[in-house]
Amino acid sequence: MNAPPVIELVDVAKTYASGSLEVHALQGITLTISEGEFVAIVGPSGSGKSTLMHILGCLDVPTSGAFHLAGDDVASFGEDQLAEVRNRHIGFVFQQFNLLAYLSAWRNVELPLVYSGVDRHERKERALAALAQVGLADRADHKPGELSGGQQQRVAVARALVTEPALILADEPTGNLDSTSTADILNLLDDLHRSGRTIVLITHEADVAGRAERLVQIHDGHVVATGPALVGA
Amino acid sequence: MNWRDTVRTATEAVRTHRLRSALTMLGILIGITAVILTVGLGNGAKAQVRDQINELGTNLLVVSPGSTTSSSGLRGGLGSSSTLTRQDAASLADSAVAPDIQAVAAVSTSSVSLTNGTTNWTTTLTGTTKSWQEVRSRKVTSGRFLTDADQQSSAAVVVLGSSTATELFPTGGDPVGQYVTYNGKQLKVVGVLAELSSSEQTTNNDLAIVPASTYSQRLIGGTTRDSVSSIYVKATSSDTLSAAYQEANGTLLNLHGITASSSADFSIATQESILTAATSVDKTLTVMLGGIAAISLLVGGIGVMNIMLVSVTERIREIGLRKALGAQPRFIRRQFLVEASVLGFFGGLLGVGIGLIGAVVLPHLTDTRVILSAGASAAAIAMAIGIGVMFGVYPASRAARLAPIDALRNE
Repeated sequence: MNAPPVIELVDVAKTYASGSLEVHALQGITLTISEGEFVAIVGPSGSGKSTLMHILGCLDVPTSGAFHLAGDDVASFGEDQLAEVRNRHIGFVFQQFNLLAYLSAWRNVELPLVYSGVDRHERKERALAALAQVGLADRADHKPGELSGGQQQRVAVARALVTEPALILADEPTGNLDSTSTADILNLLDDLHRSGRTIVLITHEADVAGRAERLVQIHDGHVVATGPALVGA
Repeated sequence: MNWRDTVRTATEAVRTHRLRSALTMLGILIGITAVILTVGLGNGAKAQVRDQINELGTNLLVVSPGSTTSSSGLRGGLGSSSTLTRQDAASLADSAVAPDIQAVAAVSTSSVSLTNGTTNWTTTLTGTTKSWQEVRSRKVTSGRFLTDADQQSSAAVVVLGSSTATELFPTGGDPVGQYVTYNGKQLKVVGVLAELSSSEQTTNNDLAIVPASTYSQRLIGGTTRDSVSSIYVKATSSDTLSAAYQEANGTLLNLHGITASSSADFSIATQESILTAATSVDKTLTVMLGGIAAISLLVGGIGVMNIMLVSVTERIREIGLRKALGAQPRFIRRQFLVEASVLGFFGGLLGVGIGLIGAVVLPHLTDTRVILSAGASAAAIAMAIGIGVMFGVYPASRAARLAPIDALRNE
């Protein structure tokens, strides 16, 4: 374990100004996630886990504290650099899938590669390979509207995979899915974990969190507990 | 992200929102069509005037009575009495006096009503001589032109313009040999002039020519029987036009006993100067129409901005997602800018297309000519793209400035 940890948060705080009121969404989070880990961040709504997810995903920067992602000191990065970090190191899976309705499945998957300047042929090849990895090779030319919810989320997972990111960040990935599709996506995340991917899963559902190796519980902007997940808890 | 991908993304977005894109383009389209047709009409009118003036003949000078540069205020516009006479014309025709003048035709005109049976037509009665045909470079399709014999005998003969002939003899058949009546006097039609293609409605085709002697002694009369409305002077060639001008000017000043050319009681115009005077009026009109076209383009541009702003608001999630996936602000800005210019480009292209159709259809509906140029069309398309970019800047930078989390959070 000599490689730098994928994520290293030291005393990270985030404060929003909401009118004259200050909202302390995160109050001194210290957290390390190593390569190959499968971590679930859990907590009730309003606990600050969404804010934490935004910071981990480089969609937002902390007010104070240090944040290293794959060795980079992200806390000091500007907007363009953050975009580059997101593009290169992070694969997002959202609750709402967030696929572009007017593009076919493989065109959705290739999107991150478009922004990193990969040429067209390689993009298509890699997008199709990623779709094959989530078991949707035969749906590459379908538009999102022609796919089921579970299939759409699998396309989103393929999009998260396609750049070979250091971190896959899944924000309530099963929140909009029925139980069959939920199992489907969780099995897919398990498979990715087994093949060595680092996965951070944000959820409020205990059985979803139970799939992870490690559980980080957030409450009122603090880490209240961290430890191995209790399967079936 | 390279330009090719940007253009592809932008065209896909335009295609996805078909109705909206079409409505946006409509604004640009109308503006560009207006610009194209305005320029085309301006060019057409200019060409029409030029043709009409060229039809007067070649290497032509037109001497008109009256003073153009009156300093005393007493001269100029002295009622019906003309300062030019047939003697002036005869002197100019003398090759010893004016070697660079090939031919001279003095013309008296008045508007009269001719009848043929029950058919009645108002035309320009023109009294002149045989040389008119040479000076004005006109051909006769049927019969003959006036002769010296007609002039000497004050013959009651008339040569009709092509449209005059058609109006007076609507049943067809050759008018030559038949008679028309003016004021109770019968005139025998001896010839019909060939039609000039570009000016069906003008005096170039609608006129009735009688011998000058017949005009002054038998038909119109009056106290100033020798005076003429204008004198047409044809120079021997385009190179001698300027010399002919000097000769005509000098001869007439001399005959009229005027020493300073600034107080001349006549004016000599070249075809070039007539053209300039005629087109300057058109130019004002063209500028005015162009202004209206520019305003409609501006309105079209504001339409583009409006739609792009709606588009940014509506696609806030898409923008957020693209940013989360690693699109830098400048890529987002570029995408929306290219989208706006794609709308401008296709709007402009369609506008030029409609303009082309208009250029074909308009001349059939009205008696105007529309001349489109490839240069003006290309400039119009470039202008349309420019407008797209110009009015896309603000919406695009709004899109680029969106924070990814705010954009993603938006439902």
